[in-house]
Amino acid sequence: MKILVVDDFSTMRRIVKNLLRDLGFTNTFEADDGKTALPMLQSGGFDFLVTDWNMPGMTGIDLLKAVRSDPKLVNLPVLMVTAEAKREQIILAAQTGVNGYVIKPFTAATLKEKIEKIFERIEG
Amino acid sequence: MTKQVEDNRLLLAKNLVQALEAEDEHQADAILDQISGLRESMLFQEVGRLTRQLHDTMSSFEMDSKVAELTEIDIPDAKERLQYVITTTEQAANQTLTVVEDLLPISKELTEQANTLSNKWDRFLAKDMPFQEFKDMSQEITDHFIQEKNGLANVQTGLNEVLLAQGFQDITGQIIRRVIDLVQDLETSMVELVRISGGKSQSDTVHHHEPELPGPVVPGVDDKSGDVAKSQDDVDDLLSSLGF
Repeated sequence: MKILVVDDFSTMRRIVKNLLRDLGFTNTFEADDGKTALPMLQSGGFDFLVTDWNMPGMTGIDLLKAVRSDPKLVNLPVLMVTAEAKREQIILAAQTGVNGYVIKPFTAATLKEKIEKIFERIEG
Repeated sequence: MTKQVEDNRLLLAKNLVQALEAEDEHQADAILDQISGLRESMLFQEVGRLTRQLHDTMSSFEMDSKVAELTEIDIPDAKERLQYVITTTEQAANQTLTVVEDLLPISKELTEQANTLSNKWDRFLAKDMPFQEFKDMSQEITDHFIQEKNGLANVQTGLNEVLLAQGFQDITGQIIRRVIDLVQDLETSMVELVRISGGKSQSDTVHHHEPELPGPVVPGVDDKSGDVAKSQDDVDDLLSSLGF
């Protein structure tokens, strides 16, 4: 399983990568905003996207919009891991087609639960 | 001049004429005293008003230099301090993450070895182990001890590094406290400026601009209005109410 982790803070990328490794996902790649992430996704091969929302260049919600409007990526599972906690933002993310929403600070258990739920739904 | 003061003076003048016509010297003097007293008190009032105005102007000059100092020195200074907080916390996080990334494989490896050996040991205790396998196991135990000794020494060093990395809390705490003091000074100056300028600011036209991406919810500050999710449970409830 090839996973792309997008966050503008390198420490957060490292934390997410380490947690993913602990869950058995070792094939992870990093990008620091939507602008760098999108071409990586478009070049193919990714099975899962974990993205922050507030990033310079291109935000996570814009990345999600771009992913959902690209025929090749339209079904890519996307988990948003963000500090944005306004109800309207969560609703917007849901309407844009996010598969899971985790607010920071989060626990390893929460991340695990959301990831498992996403894959259950896809496989089921 | 107010109508009341004018009426008062007219009345006093009429009384004075009356007293003079009646040749009541005593009464006439008293009235004259009263009239000049009235003039004096008006003069005092005016002087008082001018003094107050002067004082306010002077203190607004003082305010100007204080505000200038705040904007020219203290605020850029505070920005650098806060930037340093970002750098320091990032360093500490990276230092800690590096140690954790180094130690996790060691701990994983030792755990796996211990599991394997403990299974074998159980079989040995149950007298369910051929001699050759016992000899191999003895070697594996020896190897495991060597690896364990080295590995635990690494863990010890790493944990100490993690411990020391937490020193950022003290440093950043002190820096942030200084910046809070500055913000407080700034607030006082601003309130004072608004007061001196006669409270001309129309507070009812002031709108608080919400940032487009408000970011982390600070408890007690951002969660008052009830339009934010306070926990992951709130998020989950909201999403499930949307049919997620």
